[in-house]
Amino acid sequence: MVKKHKRRSPGMSVQIGKIGMENPVMVASGTYEYNEVTKELIDIKQFGAIVTKTITLRPREGNPLPRTCETYAGLLNAIGLQNKGLNAFLIESIPSLKKLRIPIIVSISGDTAGEFKELAGNLAEREEVAGIELNLSCPNLTNKRLFAQNADATYDVVCQVREMTDKTIIAKLTPNVTNISEIARSAERAGADAISLVNTFFGMAIDIKKREPKLGNVTGGLSGPAIKPIALRMVWDVSKKVKIPIIGMGGIMSGEDAIEFIIAGASAVAVGTGSFINPNLGIEIIRDIKKYLSKNNINGMKQLTGSLAERS
Amino acid sequence: MIQAKVKILSNIKAGPNYYRMTLACPAAAKKIKPGQFFQVRCGNKSLDPFLRRPFSVHNVDKKGNIEILYQTIGKATVLLSDKKSGDALDIIGPLGNGFEQRTANSERRTSIIVAGGMGVAPMLFLAERLVHRRQTTDHRKVIVLIGAKNKKNLLCEKEFRSLGCDVKISTDDGSKGKKGFVTDALKGLLNANRYTLNATLYACGPSPMLEEIAKIAAANKIESYGSFEEHMACGMGNCYGCVVKTKKGYKRICKDGPVFDLGEIEW
Repeated sequence: MVKKHKRRSPGMSVQIGKIGMENPVMVASGTYEYNEVTKELIDIKQFGAIVTKTITLRPREGNPLPRTCETYAGLLNAIGLQNKGLNAFLIESIPSLKKLRIPIIVSISGDTAGEFKELAGNLAEREEVAGIELNLSCPNLTNKRLFAQNADATYDVVCQVREMTDKTIIAKLTPNVTNISEIARSAERAGADAISLVNTFFGMAIDIKKREPKLGNVTGGLSGPAIKPIALRMVWDVSKKVKIPIIGMGGIMSGEDAIEFIIAGASAVAVGTGSFINPNLGIEIIRDIKKYLSKNNINGMKQLTGSLAERS
Repeated sequence: MIQAKVKILSNIKAGPNYYRMTLACPAAAKKIKPGQFFQVRCGNKSLDPFLRRPFSVHNVDKKGNIEILYQTIGKATVLLSDKKSGDALDIIGPLGNGFEQRTANSERRTSIIVAGGMGVAPMLFLAERLVHRRQTTDHRKVIVLIGAKNKKNLLCEKEFRSLGCDVKISTDDGSKGKKGFVTDALKGLLNANRYTLNATLYACGPSPMLEEIAKIAAANKIESYGSFEEHMACGMGNCYGCVVKTKKGYKRICKDGPVFDLGEIEW
């Protein structure tokens, strides 16, 4: 009898550093937690990979209220990386994430390059961790400058983490810069395996009755479809300047949005805020990309990535 | 828990800017606990309003219909009020930890419900469940203290009375019931009736009201539970946007709450 093999979706798989993913759709850091609610609403095992909420060496309480504010086609947030810290993460979260049998990418952040290095050192020993995403770009911390707003600081952090681990390293960059390609190249030179583009845009909202900021942290990060065209342009820009793969994100609300990012140069995409409104978004995007590939006779994601044509 | 498009059976004005909407939701109705809520997409596919809005369950009937009671306070709720019976509504739920899960050992006590303003919304469903238990296990009493701005904005008095609850009204301007805050009525009740000192307090309303109730409960050594409200982004515990400060740090209202032991809150 001929043994039946599970047929992989034609051409959906992608390679990000050492991570082989069944399909190019991931969850964006900070927008998904595996818990008893989300496991009923989101079939996370179908995703290409999962990126955890950002963890820090020590627990972080997070920012004062209010932490979120809805804007036109967008969401401002200033959560402040509330998390239980590295040790509790390793003990409490890793075992349940491991059971999902999809690649786990752990997002980390620190106040210094040394903290990134220490976190990476701890994660390097864990076989359950497929990769590390460096959150060089959280807009809601006390440091006025983000690592990813400076090419040298980005280089330094990536280098120090690279020394600690052979695991896939992804640098997540901020769009709040003059020249994002310069920062991305710096991360590439330092040894990053991939670039995540983009984190949120600095923004704010004001309550005119009270003349107060609507966020407890005064400013926050803007996500959602309001930022999509800018994020898309940045992915396109960076893809022409680096050789390592790009994970595109920023306001993806549909399969069409995701495919735009891929055509612009992204090897994979991540959904975040959009899944708050439609928990099934990621699954719909996987289905839509599959349809698009077969309808257009495209044999693999590599053929689609960066396939933007000149206007005829 | 489900994500589904359910049918709106009715959407009726229940007072100035207040509406009562009934949804056919047999798939989820049986499992709903008082205090739980649904995340509702008020604007269909539009991006404004962008996020879902949380609504607590106001009532559940035997046919598997659920009711929500809401006030039109912004774009999303105005859009919701425009919906007609027969329309579909995209909902996720039931979400959160309700009242019953938190009060497993208190069946035999007097229950005091304190509802301020829109805070009545989840409390009618709670009262119905408490009264039902009372009929089956006896010896308990359900007292309902409702606070409203004025007579016009007073909600659900009739519904609580028809359940057989002992209802006491307070209004800010004295146009109905006693003039003053609902928390003053609570103090008066506890001072006048010794048996109430062994009661369990259930509260829903504005944060200052919950804070005052926590103080009263602490002073009288009474168990107290409150349902919190905050802007929510995801409603599923993903984003840590809607939090309340507790003695053990910030907890998520959508996932760890919305009902908390008021003694655990850091005000």
